Amino acid sequence: METTAIIGTTNKKGQVITDPRVMMNEAPRTPSFFTGSEVIKEAVRRANVDVMVAYPITPQSEAAALCGELFAEGYIGDYFRGESEFAVMSQCAGAAFGGARVFTTTAGPGTMRAMENFPMWSGARLPIQCIVTCRGINSPLSIQPDTIEIAYLMNTGMLVWHAETAQDFYDWILKGYMVSEEPDVHLPLALCCDGFFVTHTKDVVDLTPVDMCLPPYDPYRSPVPCMDMECPPVRMMRDPFVMKSNYISYATHASWQQEIWAAAERSRKHTIAWLDGLIDVEDGDADILIVSSGTAVSQGREAIRLLADEGVRVGLVKIKTLRPWPEDELREATKHASHIIVPEFNVIGWMAKEIKATIPNHERVVAGPRVCGGMTLPPEVIVEEVKKAIGMRSGVLAGRGG
Amino acid sequence: MSLDYVKFTPGFDTFMPKEYRDMVEHGPFGKKTTVSQMGNFKEILEEHPMCAGCAMTLFIRLAIVAFPNPEDTITVGTAGCGRLAISQAAIPFVYGNYGDQNGVASGLSRGLRIRFGDKPKDVVVMAGDGGTADIGFQQVLHSWFRKERFTTIMLDNEVYGNTGGQESGMTTRGAVLKMAPLGKKFEKMDMVAMAKIAGCAYIATVVPNNPRRVESCIKKAVLIAREVGPTYIQAYTSCNIEYAIPTDQVMADAKTVEDDRYKFAEYVSEDAKAYLAERYGYKEFAQKPVAAVTKA
Repeated sequence: METTAIIGTTNKKGQVITDPRVMMNEAPRTPSFFTGSEVIKEAVRRANVDVMVAYPITPQSEAAALCGELFAEGYIGDYFRGESEFAVMSQCAGAAFGGARVFTTTAGPGTMRAMENFPMWSGARLPIQCIVTCRGINSPLSIQPDTIEIAYLMNTGMLVWHAETAQDFYDWILKGYMVSEEPDVHLPLALCCDGFFVTHTKDVVDLTPVDMCLPPYDPYRSPVPCMDMECPPVRMMRDPFVMKSNYISYATHASWQQEIWAAAERSRKHTIAWLDGLIDVEDGDADILIVSSGTAVSQGREAIRLLADEGVRVGLVKIKTLRPWPEDELREATKHASHIIVPEFNVIGWMAKEIKATIPNHERVVAGPRVCGGMTLPPEVIVEEVKKAIGMRSGVLAGRGG
Repeated sequence: MSLDYVKFTPGFDTFMPKEYRDMVEHGPFGKKTTVSQMGNFKEILEEHPMCAGCAMTLFIRLAIVAFPNPEDTITVGTAGCGRLAISQAAIPFVYGNYGDQNGVASGLSRGLRIRFGDKPKDVVVMAGDGGTADIGFQQVLHSWFRKERFTTIMLDNEVYGNTGGQESGMTTRGAVLKMAPLGKKFEKMDMVAMAKIAGCAYIATVVPNNPRRVESCIKKAVLIAREVGPTYIQAYTSCNIEYAIPTDQVMADAKTVEDDRYKFAEYVSEDAKAYLAERYGYKEFAQKPVAAVTKA
């Protein structure tokens, strides 16, 4: 395979093209104290990205601008600012149609403005990586953390992963390309994190060596030919689905749509290998479980510590991938639990709905606590929810009625 | 080796459909074909589902024949009648979303340049007046302001033809169409002036009546876009259905419209002139030797 032939050679920045498994799993790591935005830059520096398109929207602007510095340094092939998120995602699509490895970032209302593109990316099987630093969507205007946009992304056909920490983010940007570009997957990845909490706080992140990078994208491993007039057979975006109203065209379209979701399912085996499972379980035997994704997991972990001080044992399930959805894993992890607490950073509770639709006896699911619009989720609020669920006296929080 | 497209896989030639064999044996790939040879070679676009008498289809055929390097050309479009034909051609056609053709083309052009360096990969946008001047307006103008190096062709039938005859920004004032029940209230948008302001290196307005002129404009536009900057061609391609033009009057209508609001006009920037002269031997743009100043 061509990809293995280039291992050990250098790219134009002199980075050694490294077997991704060696780079991610075996190479020495250097602890570094960085913001989430800086971590995005450091991951992209090592990702052999061909094209990045940027547009300002809080809180992803800093990461997008930092990647511009990478371009100036020569680590990214081409980089420019588009004129809106919709335009940016179209520009990303064009570059990916031409066989380039593409990176971009967005957030909140930008995700919504770009939304027409995401199912198109999936349908066209473009393995673009889009960082989503979640924030509130209007109205009223908010720029604060809120994960509601993930509810929309989950139905686009994209792979959707939800990072908890900057370390997740660093590793998953690099691993994300490896999963996304597999010939039997070849789908875009929405790599989400909770804006500000991850992007604007500093954390110690273990970085891979700066002189190692991922192998470049090989567009000829795509299950559908790229549009470069080099790779027979010629690929045309014919639209018989529009032009013919008959059963065959409907069936063709239907099978294409099903194939997108089948490809997302096929990503499981790669994702499990790279991320060490679609979920992480801590103290899984506990009768009470906190189950969530993103920084709600971090807050859940703190709540578990507080509850342990009071003699209440609670386990934790961290969901890493939302698409593919870890259905079997969740059924297994929660089969014995009597109470499943689902803290979330959005008003609609999409995570609790997904879990309820997955497991038997879903009355065990407590769809909360939920905060939104930028509110923080103090561990004490989760503690209170747990106590309420198990009928324990509480009343430590003001204004909650005791 | 993009000409590999149009070779038979050994052993398969006798099994290939006639259309494919004709394309390999009599197609224009790797040859210099011209509009005056039409009828003597297999065209990249032949079969299509367009209405009888459609001037847009004729223009698209002419434009594709005129591509200087069809074996390295990728077309980009959006919703509208045009894409129903363009997507039937034997070169790739990218359809992204509604009105985002110039964004897709920006990324495509850049992605191909990253991958292929100096090897020309021509990106040509063909979209309607609605796609270009209305829903795609922002991306069109910004691609020009950014000096993206690809060609934009507006197929201007002055109406949303594919959706059944609604007013567009390119409709002339007063025209009564769907969504303009009292007649259009404002003037036809001057996209040519905007292309000039935004810095296009080549701009032309054409009608399909004069195939050689169409060919000449398309060739120049595609060549200039390789290195100099964005190029724009605005073509009147009537909708004989929505404007009730009898099929046998379509060319006469185009002549009338040409005389009225589509007079042939061509703008070539000085950089583009020098480029065409030096790189492609266009004598009409060659620098005239400066006459020695003599005193009587």
